[in-house]
Amino acid sequence: MSPDVKEVKKKLRVATTSLAGCFGCHMSLLDIDERLVPLLDLIELDSSPLTDIKHCGPCDLGLIEGGLCNAENVHKLREFRAHCKILVAVGACAINGGLPAQRNHLDIRECLQTVYLTGLGVERGFIPNDPELPLPLKQVHPLHDVVKIDYFLPGCPPSADAIWQFLTDLIAGRTPKLGHGLIHYD
Amino acid sequence: MSTEKPRPTFQMDGHDVPFDEGQSILAAALAAGRYVPYLCYHPEFQPHGSCKVCTVKINGRTHASCTTPAHEGDVVESNVDELNDMRKGLVQFLFTEGNHFCPSCEASGNCTLQAVGYDLGMTSAHYSPLFPDRPLDASHPEVLLDFNRCILCELCVRASALVDKKSVFSLAGRGIQKHLVVNAESGKLADTELSVDDKAMSVCPVGVILRKRRGFQVPIGERKYDEHPIREVAVQKQKGE
Amino acid sequence: MTLDPSAIVARHHGDASRLVQILHDVMAVEGHVAPPVITALARALGLPRGQVEGVVEFYSFFSSEPRGRFRVLFSDNITDEMAGSHELRKHMLDSFRLQPGEVSRDGLVSIGTTSCTGLCDQGPAMLVNDRAIPRLTPARIGAITSLIRGDVPVDRWPDNLFPIASHVERRDLLLSTELSPGAAIDAAIARGAAATIEEITRSGLRGRGGAGFSTGTKWAACASAPGPERYIVCNADEGEPGTFKDRELLAAHADLLFEGMTVAGFAVGASKGILYLRAEYPFLVEPLLATLEARRRAGLLGERVRDAFAFDIELHVGAGAYVCGEESALIESLEGKRGIPRNRPPYPVTHGYLQKPTVVNNVETLVAAALVATHGAGFLRAVGTPKSSGTKILSVSGDVARPGIYEYPFGVSVQQVLDDAGAVDTQAVQVGGPSGMLLSASELHRRIAFEDVPSAGAFMVFDGSRDMLAVVENFTRFFAHESCGFCTPCRVGTTLSAQMMKRVVSGTGSRRDVKDLAKVSNLMRATSHCGLGTTAGNPVLDALAKFRPSFDKRLRSLEVLPTFDLDEALAPAREATARDDEGAHFTNQTSQAEKP
Repeated sequence: MSPDVKEVKKKLRVATTSLAGCFGCHMSLLDIDERLVPLLDLIELDSSPLTDIKHCGPCDLGLIEGGLCNAENVHKLREFRAHCKILVAVGACAINGGLPAQRNHLDIRECLQTVYLTGLGVERGFIPNDPELPLPLKQVHPLHDVVKIDYFLPGCPPSADAIWQFLTDLIAGRTPKLGHGLIHYD
Repeated sequence: MSTEKPRPTFQMDGHDVPFDEGQSILAAALAAGRYVPYLCYHPEFQPHGSCKVCTVKINGRTHASCTTPAHEGDVVESNVDELNDMRKGLVQFLFTEGNHFCPSCEASGNCTLQAVGYDLGMTSAHYSPLFPDRPLDASHPEVLLDFNRCILCELCVRASALVDKKSVFSLAGRGIQKHLVVNAESGKLADTELSVDDKAMSVCPVGVILRKRRGFQVPIGERKYDEHPIREVAVQKQKGE
Repeated sequence: MTLDPSAIVARHHGDASRLVQILHDVMAVEGHVAPPVITALARALGLPRGQVEGVVEFYSFFSSEPRGRFRVLFSDNITDEMAGSHELRKHMLDSFRLQPGEVSRDGLVSIGTTSCTGLCDQGPAMLVNDRAIPRLTPARIGAITSLIRGDVPVDRWPDNLFPIASHVERRDLLLSTELSPGAAIDAAIARGAAATIEEITRSGLRGRGGAGFSTGTKWAACASAPGPERYIVCNADEGEPGTFKDRELLAAHADLLFEGMTVAGFAVGASKGILYLRAEYPFLVEPLLATLEARRRAGLLGERVRDAFAFDIELHVGAGAYVCGEESALIESLEGKRGIPRNRPPYPVTHGYLQKPTVVNNVETLVAAALVATHGAGFLRAVGTPKSSGTKILSVSGDVARPGIYEYPFGVSVQQVLDDAGAVDTQAVQVGGPSGMLLSASELHRRIAFEDVPSAGAFMVFDGSRDMLAVVENFTRFFAHESCGFCTPCRVGTTLSAQMMKRVVSGTGSRRDVKDLAKVSNLMRATSHCGLGTTAGNPVLDALAKFRPSFDKRLRSLEVLPTFDLDEALAPAREATARDDEGAHFTNQTSQAEKP
């Protein structure tokens, strides 16, 4: 299982984030279990939910799960694109909008009204309008609708083995390739 | 038997493929154990050649292999990068055109579109998704129609018209607006003659025509394409029959 | 008039293959084909309801939803656009306070667009309730607007709105040869059927619809196909944007055309001919029917043509579908179905209309065939080039002083046509329409001929003031609108191309879009089901090869730009929250990336 990494000297700097996702892809990353130990010999984490570093610095690799549901997602994505040499869309939502995109045939105004004003059990409701809150986009979009994405790692989530295969290929300088059993859209 | 003429052959990717007079390139290739990706083809129906995923090069020119009869001595290219790239492009078109959210689809794991995507190494739809608005039809007590996943292969149209003799399904509209309709003024499946035993119930290669209360019965890991890639399943099926 | 679906069906003898004509009759009464009417028609014709619904929704000229009592459709060809149709349409929409395609609340009017109406030499043009009006100006639009406001039926509109002018600027063999009715038929009878086909073959006549297949070979294949019944179909579905030469032939030389069809019928042994006329030419219906009737009275059509054979011709009107110019789609349409091109083989010459051997020829081809039958193969051989005998009729439009019909011997240079038509500062010529070839100023020495620049007849000229990307964008929109949707590459590819070209033209395109435009175009070319899809990428690929700087000028430095307008995507949420603060917009740091 050990990757061909003898040539790698400097650790790769890696940032991760979850946009309109469920953190499932991050959980799957942690699911590589004991392989985390050799992985951490090869990479160091920058901005990530795992480090709690809020903003992304110059990185070799950015892993993004989740699609673009609101303005903040777009800003975060652009920050990653600006700082990461290689950007990877990880998981179904990052790749085609996924579950959140199933709202795309609904009018977002009606969604907000139903949830905050007219829905069952809502009393004296109002639609939150604090400038701190990111506004939702009309539709949920995949990442490649807004920036250049270098690689796509599909799955909901991609399995730990798929993530491991993908990362070790990439770290070893190979074009990542997922064969049968590792490539999954679900 | 010994006086029988040897079957004529064509060449595919350097291998001899025998065929019967009138047989298509695709049918002959599958029978010989040589997989060519396809979506709208079904051995029980006349091929109609709309998905174009089975495109091959015959003597240097591209053709849909399901609708092109084989000829002695044809030189066919199939499993080469150029054609696999085209096929991937077509599968990406289909993913771009519809709403294919595999994680929430009951057909996931048993879906031909998905399995062909895996086989071709497709990791994203590449283009900007069209996100069409295609409401579900849950009117029928036993059957759910989820048009979001329709790839317009017309297998249900053909099965319902030719086998079931009911013409429950038809296609309407044109171009990117083309869509599946059911044979009722209300536009609702419940008002058609569809029954769960119909052939049309069993031919959908994706997840449009679904039996209610049967979803997710097969555990993940044991579904049709979990164990073996479609490249193997499609050829085994041919051999088994 | 109230609608009686079963009476209409009875008028067409309950013949399901006449469904398109039946739907025309329904549309004429009610302006749409309502769902209960679809049910009634299906029942009366013994068809699955879904199939009838499919046909209604396939053709642009049919609708299952009510449209305005006045249905205004502006021709959306690039030449109409260049002549100001967008401004006129916007003016008209504004004056009725309507959005494109929307029906006014009182049900009075709807205003939309339709593909090229074949009036490019006298555009901008429109159709109102399927009647054509050319030469639109602000004044004429004003008059039309008043008539609609006054609810004046189109039949009672002033005559000066409708006349279609004939601009024949250059005549050669076809347009200058007079033939007395019956002369070609007599010559064919005298020569005999087989020898007539032989003569057509020796003349080198090739199909004028663009593909250039040998007419004699086609006739011979049909004649020798087994079976007692055969058909001659004339393809007058002149849908290629920028083409209007068949309009002229049908208007001024219908006798010659019917003569050609009758000769074809005699030669291959067919007793029935069908003229498939595009719905955009309704003004030709009455004159054509009158010509047919006159020929019947003269014994040139009917049970005993010249006491030698039976042959009659029926008129069939299309319903707004460019794809029906493809011969097998046209046959499907003749059979009352959606116009989906068939799988081939088998070809129409053996399995055509009603699965019977069928010749499908272009109008111009049949006119030329009539002359060959009369004067012999040498008549055509004497002009043109060795590989392209005879003449070609061009429909010249766009930036020229004298748009109109020009007939030349094959081999004429593009420059010669431009000089004759009075073109100056020519930047590009689109020969053969959007599916044809886009020529740049450095290629004007090239020749119109099957072996160099083939053409179905369109010849659209663009001078130095034109934005060629806007031209290409118009063409991609056309293909997206006209794709039948049968095959994946064309159905999805034409739509994606149109979207990407729109982004490029509006300055929001990226280098990825340009790369993808080439990729999509090549995929359509390699894998599409019929000629529509295989040629739909031509204008894009030609423009990328010949007008690349025009693309590059529109692109920002970034590899990828958002495929949608980010700030506009926040608009609904801004509305719902009544926010307008900085965070409710995409501005500032993102502006260089987003704004052109």
